Amino acid sequence: MPDAATGEVVIRFEGVTKTFKGMESPALESVTGEMRTGVITGLVGPDGAGKTTLLRLIAGLMEPDSGKIETLGYDPIVNAGAIRGEVGYMPQKFGLYEDLTVMENLTLQADLRHVTGKEREESFERLLTFTDLKRFTGRFAGKLSGGMKQKLGLACALLGKPKLLLLDEPGVGVDPISRRELWGMVEDLVNQGIGVVWSTAYLDEAELCGTTVVLNEGKLLFTGTPREIAEPLVGRCLQLREPGEKKRRLLTKALSRPEVSDGTIQGHSLRLTFRKGCERFDPKEIGAADGAEWVEVKPRFEDAFIDLLGGGPSGESVLAAHTHQIDQDGATVIEATHLTKQFGDFKATDDVTFQVTRGEIYGLLGPNGAGKSTTFKMMCGLLVPTGGTAKVVGLDLRHSGSQARQKLGYMAQKFSLYGNLSVMENLEFFSGIYGLTGKRQREKTTEMAEIFHLKPFLNAKTDSLSLGYKQRLALACSVMHEPDILFLDEPTSGVDPVTRREFWTHINGLVERGVTVMVTTHFMDEAEYCDRIGLVFRGQLIANGTPDELKESVATQENPDPTMEDAFIELVTGKEEPK
Amino acid sequence: MKGEHRTSNERASVGFSLRRLKALCWKETLQIFRDPSSNLIAFVLPLVLIFVFGYGINLDTPVLRIGLLNEASGTEADGFAKALQGTPSMEIRHYEDRKSLETDITHSQIRGFVIIPEDFSRLMKQQSDTAPLQVVADGSEPNTAQFVGAYINGVWQTWMMQRAQDRGEELKREFSLEARYWYNPSANSRNFLIPGSITVIMTVIGALLTSLVVAREWERGTMEALLASPITRTEFLLSKIIPYYILGMVSLAMCVAAARFIMGVPFRGGPPALFVTGSFFLLSVLGIGLAISTATKNQFNAAQAALNAAFLPAMMLSGFIYEISSMPAFLRGVTHLIPARYFVSSIQTIFQVGSPWKVLMPDILFLMGSAAFFLGLTARLTKRRME
Repeated sequence: MPDAATGEVVIRFEGVTKTFKGMESPALESVTGEMRTGVITGLVGPDGAGKTTLLRLIAGLMEPDSGKIETLGYDPIVNAGAIRGEVGYMPQKFGLYEDLTVMENLTLQADLRHVTGKEREESFERLLTFTDLKRFTGRFAGKLSGGMKQKLGLACALLGKPKLLLLDEPGVGVDPISRRELWGMVEDLVNQGIGVVWSTAYLDEAELCGTTVVLNEGKLLFTGTPREIAEPLVGRCLQLREPGEKKRRLLTKALSRPEVSDGTIQGHSLRLTFRKGCERFDPKEIGAADGAEWVEVKPRFEDAFIDLLGGGPSGESVLAAHTHQIDQDGATVIEATHLTKQFGDFKATDDVTFQVTRGEIYGLLGPNGAGKSTTFKMMCGLLVPTGGTAKVVGLDLRHSGSQARQKLGYMAQKFSLYGNLSVMENLEFFSGIYGLTGKRQREKTTEMAEIFHLKPFLNAKTDSLSLGYKQRLALACSVMHEPDILFLDEPTSGVDPVTRREFWTHINGLVERGVTVMVTTHFMDEAEYCDRIGLVFRGQLIANGTPDELKESVATQENPDPTMEDAFIELVTGKEEPK
Repeated sequence: MKGEHRTSNERASVGFSLRRLKALCWKETLQIFRDPSSNLIAFVLPLVLIFVFGYGINLDTPVLRIGLLNEASGTEADGFAKALQGTPSMEIRHYEDRKSLETDITHSQIRGFVIIPEDFSRLMKQQSDTAPLQVVADGSEPNTAQFVGAYINGVWQTWMMQRAQDRGEELKREFSLEARYWYNPSANSRNFLIPGSITVIMTVIGALLTSLVVAREWERGTMEALLASPITRTEFLLSKIIPYYILGMVSLAMCVAAARFIMGVPFRGGPPALFVTGSFFLLSVLGIGLAISTATKNQFNAAQAALNAAFLPAMMLSGFIYEISSMPAFLRGVTHLIPARYFVSSIQTIFQVGSPWKVLMPDILFLMGSAAFFLGLTARLTKRRME
């Protein structure tokens, strides 16, 4: 593959600023950089970083307030016509007509780009073979899986042979296997000389890009290859293997040491980033077991991202300190037995069985649409199962709903806060519905505002908060009544890595206090925080175990230390083989 | 090879393209037939509406059920009772006692009752001012109560005159009224309600359906893909107008056929007048729907706005059900701004009178103007970029 520096420059932007009405800070603030052919350029950053805005500016779909953009040598506003003919653009959600078939979508796009006659036949043949959609040409786009939609979106964007391909978060809503397939296809295109920009909020995806442009809150954080971004961290990322049983308490202690800037749990191990020039300390100093040992690991994109932002949050959870201790009785508190949910002839959840004991973090891991949320909603009594039972603290939620719900905290996907109520009003409302009144309510809401740093925003409309603050508020609302069991549905989706760290610090703290947590996530690396995880794929629980067990089960000679994503792909393909 | 693909791209980005327009119209058509909510609005709702308006609403005076208690015995009382029974607009029920009369009127079994008292004949002879009859009407429905009073009074007057004539006494009345209705000789309300209801149906198709279509493209993220493709604004707008115009005109033809052949409403005008007025009215409501859709970019808000801006005025202020001349001056002024008003008046003319172009011309001119205004507004609101 040609080097990043040798390709032809296809996009140049200089001092680009874009502000939207009603937003306090600009969506993009004097961002400068360039993008070339020859490699996949990753446009990286959490939600709200300005990725989509930059792509739209490049495609000529918006006009910058100030600054200069050059796309394929044209000004995207002045020469809009030229750009539309030569740039393939795939928006989020792929821009497909769901009530048209695969073939009708392709034909429409071909007509719009005047791809006709023999050229059209050839293009269709080539693209359908390339995307492996030949068998599905008569199927409605809305009935395709996420992976197939993504491929069709790509095929549409490739009609008319563009010189530049802009892909806005193509990895969202797609299972890891399809994501890898698409990646392979896009690499093919790069080798044919097409310029490709791939925007993503997943930092593990960024790691695979040839080069990256990293944004955070509208500002340029870094440009360069993933190797360059990780360079300063080489030798500073260490894994503490076999630290013993109390990994969460150990992490808190490690994070409070001055040498450590960032840390996470990785299965049974701790993974720490040391500050520049700091020496590793004796594991015994934080109370690790005798066999504990340091192993140097390759720094990841995420480590570098957090380092650029000045390190992760402290490991101490103030929230946990304000929570009462729950007795560790080893009881099974969450139990699913042959749980099934059928919507028409579609089984969203298919014969799922698992148990969670008190004080455990149990994660349901799987791509979007795998059936995590359906299973989850049956567990907390929001959906009635078609078959099987769902029990929480021994109670069937179908019959003794409100009694059991008082013991539950629930944080819904997308947070389900009232956007036009203020932060304080949300806190008051949610504490109210869980039965807190008078002095106790006032104490608790003030406490939450302090713990989650919400004080400056108490009177602000919730809609005006950034995603990170919304997530904090949502967590605050779900734990005010000090529940024994916490249900978290995709709690960190789209949130920046630092806020994610902080979030897990609180969860770890609560679990130390004896709270049981059930969480769904499609972040493969996040599963590492869980004590046990269930892998969900097409409605079925295809594997169940500790993160280390799952990873070890797929270890081979070529890949002795597989990631969670490797494990997932291996387990899913293993499942598919018999058929 | 390289040169070849360059030309194909250049060809694609030149101005207006019939191929692109055709492709977009075809896409729109497929969506109308496949989307369940479009189907409902385009095909089911008009049928429901025409039958509701055709059979469900009737502004003609109803047949009333009236109780009758005849306490008197005698030829005079029997004569009056027979006169009551002989009236086609009343259905008379006989009662034996006052108690059951009261029970039935409280249970709305009857709308009113008449009691012929024992001393009816004596009172008649006295010719006093006191009425020899007791009439009670159910006042909980004031309109109906009015009818009860008027019907019975009418029967009473006629019977009195008849009685006087029979006795050879002089007639008190010197003339009698005979109504003759022009253009709608049977004075059947259905004959003007059904043409009026076609206005509401066209508004539903024109405004409600199209208010959803641009908003849907924004919501589903397909607008972004379209904007990134080489289509022009004109192509986009025409692709949103042409299919819905055809759909609306087909629906107009079907409604007129249903009115004429199923419901037997006379159609005296000619297809050309219907086509011209229908086209301009449809383009006006299409313009309203598309302008709303383009401005809101959200299907829910668009549907709400379309209901308020097009559907309700077409129902309430077009003169289709509620007579404009009996509205307060302010509302009367407002009706002049509502395209539906002009279409209601012209389609009623076309159905009941014919095609007097001179009479239709002011309506046609206004509808032309409003079509140009709303479509122009949509064009102004449609941006070639995302802001």
